[in-house]
Amino acid sequence: MRREGSPWTGAWTVVAKETADHLTSVRLRFLEGLILLAAGGAVYAAIGRIRDTVGRDPFLFLSLFTVAREPLPSFVVFLGFLVPLVSIALGFDAVNSEHSRRTLSRLLAQPIYRDALLIGKFLAGLVTLAVAFLTLWLLVIGLGLLLVGVPPGGEEVLRGFAFLVVTVAYGGVWLALAMLFSVLFRQQATAALASLAVWLLFAVFWSMLAPLVAEAIGPAQPTPLAAVERSEIQQAFARLSPNVLFGEATLALLNPATRALGPVFFSQLEGALIGSPLPFAESLLLIWPQVTGLVAAVIVTFTIAYVLFQRQEIRA
Amino acid sequence: MSAPAAIETRALSKRYGGFVAVDGLDLRIDEGTVFGLLGPNGSGKTTTILMLMGLTEVTSGSVRVLGLDPVRQPLEVKRAVGYMPDAVGFYDDLTARENLRYSGKLAGLRGEPLERRIDAALSRARLVREADRPVRTFSRGMRQRLGLADVLLKAPRIAILDEPTSGLDPQSTHEFLDMIRDLKAEGLTVLLSSHLLDRVQAVCDRVGLFHRGRMVLEGSVDELARRVLGGGYRITVEARGADGDDRGGLAAALHAIAGVNRVERSPEGALRLHADRDVRPEVATAVARAGAALLGLGMAAPSLDDVYTEYFREVRHAA
Repeated sequence: MRREGSPWTGAWTVVAKETADHLTSVRLRFLEGLILLAAGGAVYAAIGRIRDTVGRDPFLFLSLFTVAREPLPSFVVFLGFLVPLVSIALGFDAVNSEHSRRTLSRLLAQPIYRDALLIGKFLAGLVTLAVAFLTLWLLVIGLGLLLVGVPPGGEEVLRGFAFLVVTVAYGGVWLALAMLFSVLFRQQATAALASLAVWLLFAVFWSMLAPLVAEAIGPAQPTPLAAVERSEIQQAFARLSPNVLFGEATLALLNPATRALGPVFFSQLEGALIGSPLPFAESLLLIWPQVTGLVAAVIVTFTIAYVLFQRQEIRA
Repeated sequence: MSAPAAIETRALSKRYGGFVAVDGLDLRIDEGTVFGLLGPNGSGKTTTILMLMGLTEVTSGSVRVLGLDPVRQPLEVKRAVGYMPDAVGFYDDLTARENLRYSGKLAGLRGEPLERRIDAALSRARLVREADRPVRTFSRGMRQRLGLADVLLKAPRIAILDEPTSGLDPQSTHEFLDMIRDLKAEGLTVLLSSHLLDRVQAVCDRVGLFHRGRMVLEGSVDELARRVLGGGYRITVEARGADGDDRGGLAAALHAIAGVNRVERSPEGALRLHADRDVRPEVATAVARAGAALLGLGMAAPSLDDVYTEYFREVRHAA
């Protein structure tokens, strides 16, 4: 049975309204303030250390993002931690708040499909994330220009921009997850807690679980080959976490000297100039699986939310 | 029936798992009429409405709204039909005007025509002065009127109102029913559902009585009254006996009048007569002859409440 009309009817109206809601919401202001404080602190601390190496590091600007000074973690680590929080805040009440405000049936009585509502809300979240991160990114670069006094090179801008794109994709995973829970749970508090539980699992516990899993299902022999296999299992398991994918992708992007993201045999390094940077295209090739994984996670999670939403009864 | 049907269903059914919400509904609503879906909560009224709008899947049977199939052509149907849900909600932080603007844009309206429609809908719903106030400051009655403005905004051919008067005070209810009359005067088809019978009876051309997912009675209020109540006249007599409280004698005297079937005493002390014809002149004479003072004599129009109560009494007796 085919339905008539486009699922996109009205989607852009939803995007415009939801984006406006997000950008004016107190919730987002609060989180932006938090990120600005954390990221600003990290970058400022990094600049203090970078000043010593000006002239020696060809990728000075990228190190703004990655250099850390105790006790503060680096900008990238902060982002890996805070991006999910912002995304969850944007998505956890997407659908269930329409239920509880009793606006859902009125909206869906307009000549639009449910698709438009869900796609519109998701795109609005992505746009908001992109705007927020772009602003942050520009602020960091501005701060770097002011305090370091050296303009970024062409490749640095490219790598920085790719980093921005990866960050938005990473945020998209958490946005889709939060929206899935907002479809699944009628209570907004339940959806928020469920999203935060998953975030905590990946942010804190996943890295502890990975070695345990590798030990449990990997070969137990004390040979070097078995050790390699165990470490491969551990890495494969760890990579189920979007946080790990984001971490690896940013590592390769912002640290051009990164040549591999897994265990490497000495024989593979024969002839390599350790510490010399990879061209941008090579780094991109290196993280392609990570980026694909992130995008796939977004699509799969969103699709589950979409199917559940289509089948949901709209009456309370 | 020469007029085309605005809404037509055949053997329409909806099951949620094992629970039958709507069971083989045959409904026909002509264009330009006001139809009332009446019945207790949970009798299938809202489910029926959602199926008409294409907002929930049909288990079996067919629906046609203005000749369109809401399952396959939901956008076309929703363009022509305005729907006000039970306990309608709005975005509290937005003003009435902004809420309407969002609905209007979703309905595909833009720019100047949209603003004109918003102004017209607000004035029809008597919300012009409150137009730029956030909805969070609105009373229940104002929200309900904004709901009506939301329906009128897209200039629909059919307006479906689910429990439009529930939770309203008598004054607001009265105003709301007035607005529904205006809609009918403009030729709109109105389908409204309610469990408050006496208020709705005044505006409906025809009503359908729902009970456990089935439409058990359908017709105009008068028809239903004749069918269920046996077409009787109900006459209320208020009288004070000459010697204080001798109403037993009066009741007997009234019962003796030809055409009176039953005499009851209401809790307030008045006498209620069920008669085959209008016996008011004879009642007045009888009261005077019994030496009592006649305080009031009235004939009640058959009310849906009576129909409803009587019908479900019969159902219970039959069960």
